[in-house]
Amino acid sequence: MLQTIGVKAVDELFVDVPRSAVLEGPVDLPPHAGEMAVERALSEMAAQNMAAGTVPFFVGAGAYRHHVPAAVDHLIQRSEFLTAYTPYQPEVSQGTLQVLFEFQTQVAMLTGMEVANASMYDGATACAEAVLMANRVTRRRRSVLSGGLHPQYRSVVETQSKFLDGNNVACDPDASGVEDLVPLIDEDTACVVVQNPTFFGHLHDLRPLAEACHKKGALLVVAVGETVSLGAVTPPGAMGADIVVAEGQSLGNALNFGGPYLGLFAAREIFVRQMPGRLCGETVDLEGRRGFVLTLSTREQHIRREKATSNICTNSGLCSLAFTIHLSLLGEEGFRQLAALNHAQACAAATRLAAVPGVTVLNKTFFNEFTVRLPKPAADVVDTLAERGVLAGVPVSRLLPNAGLDDLLLVAATETTSDEDIAALGTALEEMLS
Amino acid sequence: MSEVRFTKDHEWVRVEGDTATVGISEYAQEQLGDVVFIELPNVGADVEAGGDAAVVESVKAASEVYAPIAGKIVEVNDDLEATPGLVNESAEDQGWFWRMEIADVDEIEELMSAADYKAFLAGLD
Repeated sequence: MLQTIGVKAVDELFVDVPRSAVLEGPVDLPPHAGEMAVERALSEMAAQNMAAGTVPFFVGAGAYRHHVPAAVDHLIQRSEFLTAYTPYQPEVSQGTLQVLFEFQTQVAMLTGMEVANASMYDGATACAEAVLMANRVTRRRRSVLSGGLHPQYRSVVETQSKFLDGNNVACDPDASGVEDLVPLIDEDTACVVVQNPTFFGHLHDLRPLAEACHKKGALLVVAVGETVSLGAVTPPGAMGADIVVAEGQSLGNALNFGGPYLGLFAAREIFVRQMPGRLCGETVDLEGRRGFVLTLSTREQHIRREKATSNICTNSGLCSLAFTIHLSLLGEEGFRQLAALNHAQACAAATRLAAVPGVTVLNKTFFNEFTVRLPKPAADVVDTLAERGVLAGVPVSRLLPNAGLDDLLLVAATETTSDEDIAALGTALEEMLS
Repeated sequence: MSEVRFTKDHEWVRVEGDTATVGISEYAQEQLGDVVFIELPNVGADVEAGGDAAVVESVKAASEVYAPIAGKIVEVNDDLEATPGLVNESAEDQGWFWRMEIADVDEIEELMSAADYKAFLAGLD
């Protein structure tokens, strides 16, 4: 075969790989071992982890530990769902399509928007797609990124824009939640991207910002890092958002070591032609019976090629299914109660931490996560408390290493946080700081 | 006095004084089938000859509409937003896409006359 394609050795096929990336010599792994020995070795390695469910756990910053009912896992593993392929053929895919349609309906209702797509990879990539969409809608290139936007969302937006002539104005991290973006909006601004609650936990009334955006012909993009907050907070759509993106992991999906996650994407209907991703629509068949199909596909790459609105050719099918089943099990009332419980536990945690000498809670408002200022570098505090069996949260320096915010700690609480967990965190921190 | 010229990409251009009106040909609308959506250029935008200016989407396909000549867009046919089917009903009249200033009159001369276009279409079959 090598002769047929005109090369001497297999290595010649890899000449384009930079030398620095080429593996020299064998991989540093022990030799073959029996199944039992491998299992034993891996179990020992796994035991070095401190799993979220085994200790008081206050880690959030964009990924949240929630209780996922056992029914979710059971239902998503039904082979009709689990093995279903892309529903290009509606005549054999009504089940998959109906789930997508219901998912979209839920996302639209949660975000307060008119249309939602069948999902994206995660909150960060959905956010980057929202910026590109705003550029298409406005035919402008300048985006203002709030200092309250998750640093990883910002990073993904910047990576995408870099190769598409995007011009991002990224604001400094806004730990205290006081930034004013209105003066940054001009006639060249395609969109303003804010997060609500912000990365630091602050909640904002976005109506004045939406108004300021629309006055200059710019769009307001709102990112939601914690979907459960939508059970308690005014949805972005009701505050004038044009595009809403969110991380949907909180519903139906475990922490999963950071992925796969679930990007939610919703917009005002007038922009539907510029939306990225797959859309499922409701229709009727020849006999007038209700049915579902993929629709407006001319936005997509398999039809529009390089002129497609996005190069996403898929959706997070199984994660969105889990989301829809979990939310259906909760129902509207259950979802509100879940949100209220999250907020109550976070309030209890904030009250307890505020009572620790030397600790200040920076937030006037928050949902289930807030920022505290510590008298020591937060990363050191987290390490020390981890040794004592408490996972205290995410040091801001972990995601914003050179921002001079080393004394800030993000603390999240959910319905899985018990009163005992909060007491344990308070006591451990008090002892450590005294 | 106005004269209609055509491109190989099936756009037509009608020159009236300093401006040109552009649309897609009767042949193009027939090939596309029912038109369901049209994305028009921004008024004030400068387009290049042969550059993307609009998108026409039918039940069969989505296609680019190219600017036959260079110039500035001065008006777009807003009626197409609500009734894209105008392109099927009246491709070379009511279904016009945009009006533009003519940057270079010579570019018009390079386009096909109605008779040339007819011959060109005959060659396609």
